[in-house]
Amino acid sequence: MNEITDLSLKALSEGLQAKTFSSVEITDAFLKRIGALNAKTNAFITVTEEAARAHAVDADARHAKGQAGPLTGVPIAHKDLFCTEGVLTSCGSKMLANFIAPYDAHVVTQCKTAGLVTLGKLNMDEFAMGSSNENSVFGPVHNPWDLSRVPGGSSGGSAAAVAASMTPLATATDTGGSIRQPAALTGTSGLKPTYGRVSRYGMVAFASSLDQGGLIAQTAEDIALGLGVIAGHDVRDSTSANVPVDDYAQELEKPLTGMTIGLPEAFFDERLNASMGQRVDAVIEAFQALGVQFKTVQLPHVAEAIPAYYVIAPAEASSNLSRYDGVRFGHRADNPTDLMDLYERSRSEGFGSEVKRRILIGTYALSEGYFDAYYKKAQQIRRLIRDDYTQAFTECDLLLSPTTPSTAFPIGEKSTDPVAMYLEDIYTVATNLAGLPGGSFQAGLIDGLPAGYQLTGPAFSEGRILNAAHQLQQATDWHQARPEGLTHV
Amino acid sequence: MSLSGDDLARVAKLARLGLTTEEKEATATQLNGILALIDRMQAVDTDSVEPLAHPLELTQVLRADEVTEHNQRDHYQRVAPHAQDGLYLVPRVVE
Repeated sequence: MNEITDLSLKALSEGLQAKTFSSVEITDAFLKRIGALNAKTNAFITVTEEAARAHAVDADARHAKGQAGPLTGVPIAHKDLFCTEGVLTSCGSKMLANFIAPYDAHVVTQCKTAGLVTLGKLNMDEFAMGSSNENSVFGPVHNPWDLSRVPGGSSGGSAAAVAASMTPLATATDTGGSIRQPAALTGTSGLKPTYGRVSRYGMVAFASSLDQGGLIAQTAEDIALGLGVIAGHDVRDSTSANVPVDDYAQELEKPLTGMTIGLPEAFFDERLNASMGQRVDAVIEAFQALGVQFKTVQLPHVAEAIPAYYVIAPAEASSNLSRYDGVRFGHRADNPTDLMDLYERSRSEGFGSEVKRRILIGTYALSEGYFDAYYKKAQQIRRLIRDDYTQAFTECDLLLSPTTPSTAFPIGEKSTDPVAMYLEDIYTVATNLAGLPGGSFQAGLIDGLPAGYQLTGPAFSEGRILNAAHQLQQATDWHQARPEGLTHV
Repeated sequence: MSLSGDDLARVAKLARLGLTTEEKEATATQLNGILALIDRMQAVDTDSVEPLAHPLELTQVLRADEVTEHNQRDHYQRVAPHAQDGLYLVPRVVE
């Protein structure tokens, strides 16, 4: 057993303060595990070994001088769409396979300032489009629980790396479920904060009114520690919320007595499969034992979230991805005959098929004569969905549902059927449309594979979500299950 | 609504994406599947509903009119595929 890599972020932080081990020792232990497991999981695109050791030496110096913060010297890895100065930031795409970012994303700067040690960059679906991490030019990520299955996506590398104890904490992003769905499929905890809670500066854009950066870790407590570092107002992102950041770690300890959690009826209909329903029932019972009340609530328009999402997200993507023209950065076709040829071939060669599909759908939805029927209609439905949530939160503190319809599916099963893949997001996309925070946490296993439950809250209620999940993790052991095949290295 | 071969060619041109003949056929089928999913929206009554562009409906904040960014052209052009003398190179546009 490799003791250090089994520890939670919290335990690593405490061990560093108590000088039980140094940051260099921790960093070496994780680098060793990455070296042993990356060929199997393909979770990392880039491992920044030398820089990590140098950061660890600096962190140990800060500890020696008494200038360390709670997370100084603790490792983290970043999804490969957060710009990291001087380091490849590929977005899982051939388009950016040569892109050495010229600056750091806000989230990366915040982590560096806090003294976190960056281990490297994590695999993902190309441009964060996908629910299986099969759409990466660097190859699919394999789920540590069963290497023949997907880890979910688009933050599949982040989730797999945490599940395999290759890093205690990973950044991730969520446009329609890309943090919560992979967290559920890998038995990890993941939080998508409120839209605007975490700056998008330096985060490669997919759908700007939906994208939000967040974290994946083993526990809600670890996410609370990390969120305190990355959350906050940033003038470089004009949609960043100028709202004070709560003390998430302090909120964790509140008892749940008196809390009411709503169960959206639309998420508990006949389409919910029996084994997933049983896991959610077990979660509900465990919450009841902590004094939580449950009630059924209505989200009347939530069934239209998937169609509205698959207009808004591709429309915004088609606009955002128009910047990849072969001129300023990214892939450029060889020997173009004219400017149109340069654009068309650079883009056709640089983008994978799912990205092309979404650009085409988005371009169509925004084209002359179709705007009202698609984009405007989707934005109207978006308001109805947002209002449904506002109404539901007058009756309860949080909402609970499964995170995904089923557990991790085999690699290749859905890769040729885009619509089947889109339905993976059935429980998660409405949260993004409404701009609300949502987390996925461990709900036990079904036939040896992890299941997750989702908590959604009102805007800026990250502390309440993490509080509820943490209290449940104190009372249950579902979050302690680890993929057996990879325990010993 | 469904997409004909001509529609697809028009949209691909707008998006500056070239599709091979094989890609065109598979793509049209897949896009029509996605459009069928999207068309479920049309059943919802949205008369007099204001479109929602920003989930929290925050308005754009104006900053003080001060210089905050410095010219970093050379730094940013280091990632350009073809740049020379501070200029991005493209195929000849004007004969």
